Amino acid sequence: MTKPNELSITEAARALRAGEFSVRELWDACALAARERNPELNAYLELFEADEEAIASAQKRIDEEGDGAPMLCGIPLAIKDNIMIEGRVASAASKMLENHRAAYDATVIKKLKEAGALFVGRTNLDEFAMGSSTESSAFGPSRNPYDTSRVPGGSSGGSASAVAAHMALGALGTDTGGSIRQPAAHTGLVGLKPTYGAVSRSGLIALGSSLDQAGPLAKTVADAKAIFDAIRGADPLDATSVPNGLYAPRALSQTLRIGVPRHLLESGIDEDVKASFEAALAVLQKAGHQIVDVSLPTSSYALPVYYVIMPAEASTNLARYDGIRYGLAKRGETLLSDYIESRSKGFGPETRRRILLGTFVLSSGYIDAYYRKAHAARTLLTSEYGAAFEACDVIAFPTTPSPAFKFGEKSDPVSMYLEDIFTVTANLTGMPAISVPMGTVERDGKALPVGIQFTAPKGGEDSLFTIGAAVTT
Amino acid sequence: MATKEDVQKLASLARIRVVEEELQKFTEEFDSILAYVGKLEELAIDTKGAQGLPALRNVFREDGEPHESGAYTGKLVEAFPGKEGNLLSVKQIITHD
Repeated sequence: MTKPNELSITEAARALRAGEFSVRELWDACALAARERNPELNAYLELFEADEEAIASAQKRIDEEGDGAPMLCGIPLAIKDNIMIEGRVASAASKMLENHRAAYDATVIKKLKEAGALFVGRTNLDEFAMGSSTESSAFGPSRNPYDTSRVPGGSSGGSASAVAAHMALGALGTDTGGSIRQPAAHTGLVGLKPTYGAVSRSGLIALGSSLDQAGPLAKTVADAKAIFDAIRGADPLDATSVPNGLYAPRALSQTLRIGVPRHLLESGIDEDVKASFEAALAVLQKAGHQIVDVSLPTSSYALPVYYVIMPAEASTNLARYDGIRYGLAKRGETLLSDYIESRSKGFGPETRRRILLGTFVLSSGYIDAYYRKAHAARTLLTSEYGAAFEACDVIAFPTTPSPAFKFGEKSDPVSMYLEDIFTVTANLTGMPAISVPMGTVERDGKALPVGIQFTAPKGGEDSLFTIGAAVTT
Repeated sequence: MATKEDVQKLASLARIRVVEEELQKFTEEFDSILAYVGKLEELAIDTKGAQGLPALRNVFREDGEPHESGAYTGKLVEAFPGKEGNLLSVKQIITHD
C-alpha cells in the first residue's frame, strides 16, 4: 500500500476526508520519512516539531467541513528558507542570517496557515537563492534523491529534494531565474513560476526585485495549482503584487497552439533530452494540440541580459546587510570596519562575486554599456514574446539542456549560469512558466528526470495548467 | 580585461574584503563573466528609447497606519546586535575634538 506521504496533495486531501488516515498520521508519515532521509539528502536545514494545535484544528475542519475545507488543510508542506515564518530562523542559507528569527509571517505563509497547511521544516537553498545546485549554501549542499552523487538543482533544491523524497507533499520555492523550474525538472516534479506580481513577496528575502516570484513545487499539476490558488492575490504589503484578473483573459479553446522556437534548440542540448522533448511534443500533437514555429531572435541574449540585471539588483538588495540592525554583526575599530567585517564574514563566495559584478555594471563608466543596454534588450525581448503570442498560446522549451549534474561538475561560474539558459526569459518578461516532467534519460546507469517548460502571456497560468496536465496524463 | 586593482576597488565600494588569494580567482572569473555578458555589445538597440508603460501603475496606498504602532517593536529590538532599552546602539561617528 502507498504510504500517506507518498500520495499527491489531491489524493491525500481525498483520503483525509474519507477517513482513510488522520492528519496526525499524514504528518507522522512525512516526519518519519524526513528523519530517515534528511541526514543523507540535507533537504531541510531544520525540521519543525509537530504543531499539535495546528494538527488538531486541521482535523476538526476536515471533519466538520469536509469538501468545504481548503484543499491544503492538514497537508504537510516544506518551506524554502528565504520565506519568513514568524518566530522561526530565516537564514537564506547564509552565515549572515544564520541566527536571524523572522519577526512576522510572509504573506504566503499567512495564507497557507489560514488554509490549514502544516510546515514540516525550512529547506536548503543556494545562499540568498544565488545558484543552480544548492552548492553555494553555507550549510552544505542538498542531494538529488534520484542519484545522491548529483545536485537537486537550485536554488530551491532543498524544497525539490524534500518533495521528491516524500518528506513533504508539496513545497514553496522562489524563482528569480529558474530557481523553482530547474530543480523541479531535475527531481521529476512540477514547478511553477507565476506571473510577476501574482503572488505577494512580503516577507521574502529579496534577490532581484524585478524578477523574484514565489511559487509551488509539487508532484502533480493539480497540486501545483492548489498551492498557487492558495497563495496568489494582491497584497497591500507588496506594491508590485497585482489583483487577479488585471491581465485580460485570452479566449482559449480545448486545444492549444504550442509555439516552438526551433532556432534556439539547434545546439547546446543533450541529444536524449532533445529526443524526450520531441516525444512530449508528439504526444501533445496527437492529443489535438497544434505545434507552430515561432521566432524569438533576442532570446539568445537573454542570459547575458539576466546576468547583468540580476547582480545589479542583488548588489542593491544586499546592501541592507551591514551588521548594524540584525544579522551577523562583527565589530572592528571604526564604523566602516564594522560594515566590512560583518559583510566579509557573512557572505559566501558566490554572493560576494555577484555583489562585485552588480557594483561593476552599475558603476558610472559601465552603466550605459551594461545595465542600460540590458534593460533595453529586456524590453525588446518582452515585445518579441508579445508578438510571438499572437500566433500561439504557449511557448515550449526543454526546462534545462541536460539532466542533473554531479557535485563540483560546474565549478566555473559561467558554466553554472548556463543552467538557466531556458528559464531566465520568463523572469525577464514577467510571464508565468511551468516545468512538468517529460520522462527520464539515463546517465551512469541511473534514470534521471528531465522537464519540459511552457511559458504563457502574463496572467496565463490556466493555459499552463491545461497544457501541463496534457503532458503528464 | 579586469585587473586586480579594479576588483579591489569594487570590493571597497561594496564594503567587502577580498583577500589576496581570492583576488586572483575573482579577477579571472570576472573576465570570463564579462566576456560572456559582453555579447550584449553585438545588439544594436537604442538604450534611451521609450520603455513603454507598465500595466500596473499608481500603486501607492492611502496614507494611514498600516498596523498598530509598536506591534513589531519588541521583535525587531530583539534582533538588534547591541541595544540600550529599545534603542539600537552603534559606534559614535561624530566626535567633539
